[in-house]
Amino acid sequence: MQGSSGWRLQRWLPELAMLAALLVLPFAFDRWFGSVDLFTRILIWGIFGLGFDLLFGRTGLLSFGQGAFYGTGGFVTAYLLTSNTLDNVWLAMAIGIAAAAVFSVVVGFLALRRVGIYFAMITLAFGELSYFLENSPLANWTGGENGLPGVPAPSIAVGSFKYNFAGSWSGYQLVAGFFFVGFMFARFIVNSPVGAVLTAIRQNPLRTAALGHDVGAYKLAVFVLAAIFAGCGGVLLGIFQSYMPPDAFALDTSGQLVIQTVIGGAGTLIGPTVGAAIWLTLRDLLQQVSAIGDLWKFILGLVFVLLVTFMPNGVVGTIVRLWSRFRPRATHAAIVAAHPDGAVAREALLAPLPTASARGAAPSAFALEARDIRKAYGGIRAVDGVSLALLDGCFHAIIGPNGAGKSTFLRLLKREEAADSGRILLHGVDITAADVTAAYQYGLAKSYQINQLFPQLTVRQNLRIGALGRHRGRLRLDIFRAADSFPKVEKVIAALLDELGLTTCADLTVNTLPYGEKRRLELGLALASRPSVLLLDEPLAGLSPAEREGVKQLIRNLRKGRTVVLVEHDMDAVFELAEQITVLHEGRKLAEGTPKQIANDPLVKEAYLGGAAMP
Amino acid sequence: MPTLPQFLSQAFNGIALGSLLALIASGLSIILGTLGVLNFAHGAMFMLGAYAGFVVLSHFDSFALALALGALMLLLVGFATERGLIRFYYRRPPEDQILVTFGLGIMMVEAVRYIFGPLSQRVPLPSWGQGIVDFGFFLYPLYRVEVIGFVAVLLLGFYILLYRTRIGLVVRAGIEDPLMVELLGTHVRRMFLVVFCMGSMAAGIAGVVYAPLAAVIPNMGESFLVQCFVVVVIGGLGSFPGAVVGGIIVGEILSVTTLFDPAYAQAAIYAVMTLVLIVRPRGLFGTMGRL
Repeated sequence: MQGSSGWRLQRWLPELAMLAALLVLPFAFDRWFGSVDLFTRILIWGIFGLGFDLLFGRTGLLSFGQGAFYGTGGFVTAYLLTSNTLDNVWLAMAIGIAAAAVFSVVVGFLALRRVGIYFAMITLAFGELSYFLENSPLANWTGGENGLPGVPAPSIAVGSFKYNFAGSWSGYQLVAGFFFVGFMFARFIVNSPVGAVLTAIRQNPLRTAALGHDVGAYKLAVFVLAAIFAGCGGVLLGIFQSYMPPDAFALDTSGQLVIQTVIGGAGTLIGPTVGAAIWLTLRDLLQQVSAIGDLWKFILGLVFVLLVTFMPNGVVGTIVRLWSRFRPRATHAAIVAAHPDGAVAREALLAPLPTASARGAAPSAFALEARDIRKAYGGIRAVDGVSLALLDGCFHAIIGPNGAGKSTFLRLLKREEAADSGRILLHGVDITAADVTAAYQYGLAKSYQINQLFPQLTVRQNLRIGALGRHRGRLRLDIFRAADSFPKVEKVIAALLDELGLTTCADLTVNTLPYGEKRRLELGLALASRPSVLLLDEPLAGLSPAEREGVKQLIRNLRKGRTVVLVEHDMDAVFELAEQITVLHEGRKLAEGTPKQIANDPLVKEAYLGGAAMP
Repeated sequence: MPTLPQFLSQAFNGIALGSLLALIASGLSIILGTLGVLNFAHGAMFMLGAYAGFVVLSHFDSFALALALGALMLLLVGFATERGLIRFYYRRPPEDQILVTFGLGIMMVEAVRYIFGPLSQRVPLPSWGQGIVDFGFFLYPLYRVEVIGFVAVLLLGFYILLYRTRIGLVVRAGIEDPLMVELLGTHVRRMFLVVFCMGSMAAGIAGVVYAPLAAVIPNMGESFLVQCFVVVVIGGLGSFPGAVVGGIIVGEILSVTTLFDPAYAQAAIYAVMTLVLIVRPRGLFGTMGRL
C-alpha cells in the first residue's frame, strides 16, 4: 500500500494538476476577459469554499452564516491596517484570520447544539447579526455602509530584494499562493483520520459517537477550520481590491457560497471553486447580453434549482461519478492475497485490549456491574431497579417478553441514555457519569438491533472508523497523516475482515451489500475496538437459519477473553450460547441462573406464556 | 430617557410588527412542523403578497380586492411550488430542501425586480386607514391600529382552523407524527399540499397588510425571513402558539430597543435567541424530541 513510487505519485496527482491549472489558467483568463482579476476573484471564493466544503460537503453541516467569518477576517485586518494600528501587513492578516477563528468558536458553540434545519437557521441568524453589528454599532471602526478603503498589500523583503503584492498580477500570485497552500491543507484533512471521522459524522453521527469519537468536538473543530478558510478569503478580498466592502457580511455572500458549492459539487474540495467560476463568468457573460442583462440572477437561480433537483452531485461530483464507472477495480484475488494472516495471528489481533483496571485501577472480579438501575419514560417504568453482576469472561444473556426493558437496559449500560438512578461499573471503574463515547473508550462496545452502519463508506472504511475510535482516543487532530497509516489498525481490520468473512467485499460500499453481510459488519463494528465487554442487541434478528449458524459461530469465536451480554429472541441460540441468563419482565428482574435453572423456572414459563397473576 | 407617550407608541408599533411577524412565522412554522421542510422562499412569498397589494392599491381603493388577489396569488404559487417542486423533495435530506427553496426565493425576488424595478415604491393607504387616533396621551396612526385588529382576526381565524376543525386536527396530528396519521388512513400527501398552501397564503396576506405600512422593494422579504427564523427558534418548532408569542416578543424587542438605540435593535433579537438556545433549546412552546 505504501512505499512504491507509483503510489506516491498518485497521492500527489491532484496537487500537481492544481499547480498546472494555477500556472496556465490565469493566462487564459487574461486573454479571454482582458484581465486576470476575474480568476483571482474565483480563487478568493475558492479559498472561502475549501473551508465550507469541509464543513458542508464532508461533515454535512449546512451553514448559511459563513459571511460572518469572511467579513470578520477581512474587516479586522482592514481596520488594523487602515487605522495605522499595525504596519506589518502579514501580522494584520494573521490577526484577522485568528479573529474569524475566535468568533467561530462562539458561534459554533451555540449553533452546533442543534442539527439540520435548526443549524442552518441559527447560523443564518448569526450571519445577519454580524451584518447589523458591522453596519451600525461598529460603524466607527468598520466604516458602516461605506466599508474600509485603502487596504494595503503585503510585501516580502529578502536582503535587497523587495516585492509588493499590489496590482493585478502580483495580487493573483498572492491569492494563488494562499489557494494552493489551502488546497493542500484541505487535502491533508480529507485524507487524514480526522477526515474519515468527519465523513462518518455526516453519515451516522450517533454511531460515530458510539464508536468512541467525540462528535461535538470534531464538529466544532471543522466549524473553526471552515471559519479560518473564510477569514483567509475575506482578508485576501480586502487586500486584493484594496477595499473591504460591508456586503462581505451580507446574507447574499453566505448564500452565494452555498450556491457555488452546490453547483460545483459538494464534498469534492474544488467544487466550490468550479461553482464560483461558473457563477462569476456566467454573470459577466450574461450581463453583456442586453436582452437578458437584468435577468442574470434569475437565470442563475433557475440553473441552481434545476441542478439541485436533477444533478445533486454538482458538476465536479457528476464528473467524478462518471469517471469512477470506468476506473478499474481491485480484483478479489488481489485483496485476498494482500493479507495472508493465519488463524492464530488473527486471534491475537482481535483479543481484547487491556482495560482500565488492568492498567492499575482497583481490580474487580466483575467485568460489568449494574446496581439498581432505574429508567422511566413518563409513567412507564421501562427499567425498574435491575442489578446485574457479570464475572470477567462470562457469557450472559438477557431474555424476556417484548417490552420487558431488555433493549432499554442495554442502552443504559452503554450510556446511550442516562439512567434515572443506579450505578454502572466497568472493571470496578464507575462509568455512571460517562457518555456513550467515553464508555467505548473504556472498552465497552455494542452492536445494534437495527444496523447502524456508514452506508456510503466501504466495509473496510466502516471498520476503520470503529478501530480508530479506540486507537486515537476521543479527539485528535492528526491531520498530517493518512487515515490508513496506522499499521496496527490496518492489521486488526484485515484480521476482522477475515473473521467476518467479508474480505472479498472489503472495498465495496456498504449500501450495495445484502442484509446478512451488513449484519455481520454490524458485529464487526462493535469488535473493531477490541472491547473487553461486548453488548449484543439481537444479533440474529432478520437472518435466515443458515446465516444464523454463521453468526453464532462468529460469536463463539469472538467471545474468547471477553465478557458478552446478549439480548436475543432466538431461545435456541440463547440456551446454546449463554452461561448465565437473566429474565426481565416489565422492567424487573424475574429470574437469574444457568440455562438449565431458567428452563425449569415456573415464573419464567408463566411470564412467557402470558400468565396474568403473579404469585 | 424616552417619555411615556413615546414608549407607549413604540410598544404599539411592536405589537403591530409582532403580530405581522406572528402571521408570517406561523405559516413558516406549520409548514416546517408538518412537512419537515424549512421554506427559505417564505420571505419571497411575503414579498409577492406585498407586491400584489401594491398593484391593486395603486389602481383601486379596495383593500378587500387587494387581500383577495394576494391570497389567491399565493394560493396558486403555493400550489404550484408544492406540486411542481417540493413534493419531489420529501424523501431527500433537509439540506436539499433548504437549497431548493433558497433558489426558488432568489427566482421570485429576481422576477419581481425585473418586472417592477429594483427601487422601493410607496403603496397608498386605503381611504379608511388614513388619519390618526388620539389615545389621550399619545397619537397613533389609524392604519396601524387597524393592522393590529386585522391581524388579530386573521390569527384567530388561523387558530380556529387549526384547533377547531377536522382538517386542523389532522394537521396538528401530522405535526406530531406524519407516519401515524398516514397509517390511520389520511392521505398525508394531500394534507401536505393543503398545509403548504395555507402557509403560503399566511405569508401573502401578511404581505398585503404590510405593504401600506412601508414601501415595497424586491428584497423586502429577506429580513422578514430571518426574523421569522428567530421567532420559530424562540417560540418552538411547529408550534402555532409559539409563533404568535414569539412574534410578539420579537416585535416588541425590535420596537422598544429602537427607542433607546436603533443600532442595537437587530442585535437584541439575536441576543434573546441565543439566550433561549442556551436555556431552553427546544423553544418556549416546542416539544422535545423533534430535531
